[in-house]
Amino acid sequence: MVENRPFVTFLSHLVVLVGVIIIAFPVWMTFVAATHDQDTMLRQPVPIWPGPHLFENISTVLTEGYKSRPGSVPLIVTLTNSMVMALGVAIGKIIISIISAFAIVYFRFPLRMIFFWAIFVTLMLPVEVRIVPTYGVVASLGMLDSYSGLIIPLIASATATFLFRQFFLSVPDELAEAARVDGASPMRFFWDILLPMSRTSIAALFVIQFIYGWNQYLWPLLITTKESFYTVVMTVSRQANVVDAVPAWNLLMAMALLAMLPPVLVVAFMQRQFVRGLVETEK
Amino acid sequence: MEKRVTFNERWLPYLLVAPQIVITVVFFFWPTGQAIFQSVITEDAFGGNTKFVWFDNFTHLLNDSSYYESVRITVVFSFLVATVGLAISLLLAVMADRIIRGASAYKSILVWPYAVAPAVAGVLFGFLFNPSVGTVSWMLKGVGIDFNYVTNGNQALILVVIVAIWSQVSYNFLFFLAGLQSIPKSLIEAAAIDGAGPGRRFWDIAFPLLSPTGFFLLVINVNYAFFGTFGVIASLTQGGPGQATNILVYKVYNDGFRGQDLGGSSAQSVILMVIVILLTIIQFKYIERRVHY
Repeated sequence: MVENRPFVTFLSHLVVLVGVIIIAFPVWMTFVAATHDQDTMLRQPVPIWPGPHLFENISTVLTEGYKSRPGSVPLIVTLTNSMVMALGVAIGKIIISIISAFAIVYFRFPLRMIFFWAIFVTLMLPVEVRIVPTYGVVASLGMLDSYSGLIIPLIASATATFLFRQFFLSVPDELAEAARVDGASPMRFFWDILLPMSRTSIAALFVIQFIYGWNQYLWPLLITTKESFYTVVMTVSRQANVVDAVPAWNLLMAMALLAMLPPVLVVAFMQRQFVRGLVETEK
Repeated sequence: MEKRVTFNERWLPYLLVAPQIVITVVFFFWPTGQAIFQSVITEDAFGGNTKFVWFDNFTHLLNDSSYYESVRITVVFSFLVATVGLAISLLLAVMADRIIRGASAYKSILVWPYAVAPAVAGVLFGFLFNPSVGTVSWMLKGVGIDFNYVTNGNQALILVVIVAIWSQVSYNFLFFLAGLQSIPKSLIEAAAIDGAGPGRRFWDIAFPLLSPTGFFLLVINVNYAFFGTFGVIASLTQGGPGQATNILVYKVYNDGFRGQDLGGSSAQSVILMVIVILLTIIQFKYIERRVHY
């Protein structure tokens, strides 16, 4: 602060506070809706303060799903699938990008620049753009309705490779030199020196990629037809679009609450890594 | 930039890049090639009888009024998401930058929306604005506005814009805040000593220095509005009512999977790819400049 202007400070607090309230309001109402019974949530205006039915609603959706509908999946299944997918995407991306960045930075070999550019251009093609043919490829490989189909097509990532490449380029040459003089093999250098030094980059990337994997919508929607492979985000969206005579908003919002809880917790508890990852992966 | 010290191995580097290259070829290059191939052929309904038709799919598309309608909606949608979204995020960042006490508490809440999937955000707002039980639609009714996004096209568009902005606000806010905090304090102090008030200091110092961040965010936001908002549209309006929220990326999906129009959908894919490539080039051109800023 440059000078003391109580009014401007007050105004700043006011603006930010109003912004925070507006931004938090949808999340708050989701929580409130998940704490009431079905009848309460059908009368307008619906309450804006929590009621006593939170645990009842949560346990209903976890064990039965959206119960009034036949064939609805217990949320415990979809949450597990989302967790497998998010962890698979995050860990898979980190592994394949860190080793390919290592190869591109620390070795000279024919085709190196071709590989580099091949990875680079993937930045330009989000899944949404080439959705129909990608679906065709996954179908012809027999990967529909499987965890490998949910995970593998999403783990090739130029951003992660660039992040590691950037970081490796900043590592002092003396370290690799010393390792070579001491007769360490490249993989030994990678395991014992490079990998421990990359810990903070890995953590930052993990947070971003976990959220990315968890929040995927279109991809699981296309390649899963069996309920046992549904993810939680697509399930919530799907149930929200079924027209019901008497909608159970309390259950739907309990589902939405559970669908956003894991990534919100990750952001809340790893905020520093999250901000770092966000700012760095876009460079 | 290149490393001076490298290792000499014959096969190891190929082994190390292999997983990423294989996945890239199988899930990026192959489908992209297919999209381009399918955009110049037609197939009958059973997948047989492939016929090479040059640019028929494209001319067909460019003679289709519903495609122009979708282009128009996408432009309006992206313009609103980018400009209004950036303005709100900038306002919040500037105010948050002034705050010393409690700043981290505000920040913790403002980063939440990033963690919520756009598709789930669509469900949240669908509840708030639900014509029969929604809290916000009830409040709007109190001031005489009959809000029904299920039947009113303009209101549906406004709603998806609001949801898209909400989903992206954390990202913009964090980048603006980082930009503001990297402005040297000495500049601000010098201006203050010269008698410039907070408003003057913002417009004459902070705002010009933020323009690289702003431009970067503009490209990111247009990209986001074009492609990242699929989940919002899919869980809230499915492109409707009528065509009112049928943005290009949703139309590709809708025509390809629901309409089974492979040629048309692939031609749309190819056009979208050109747009993404242009946006990416602009983004990288700019980033090169930012390094020298």
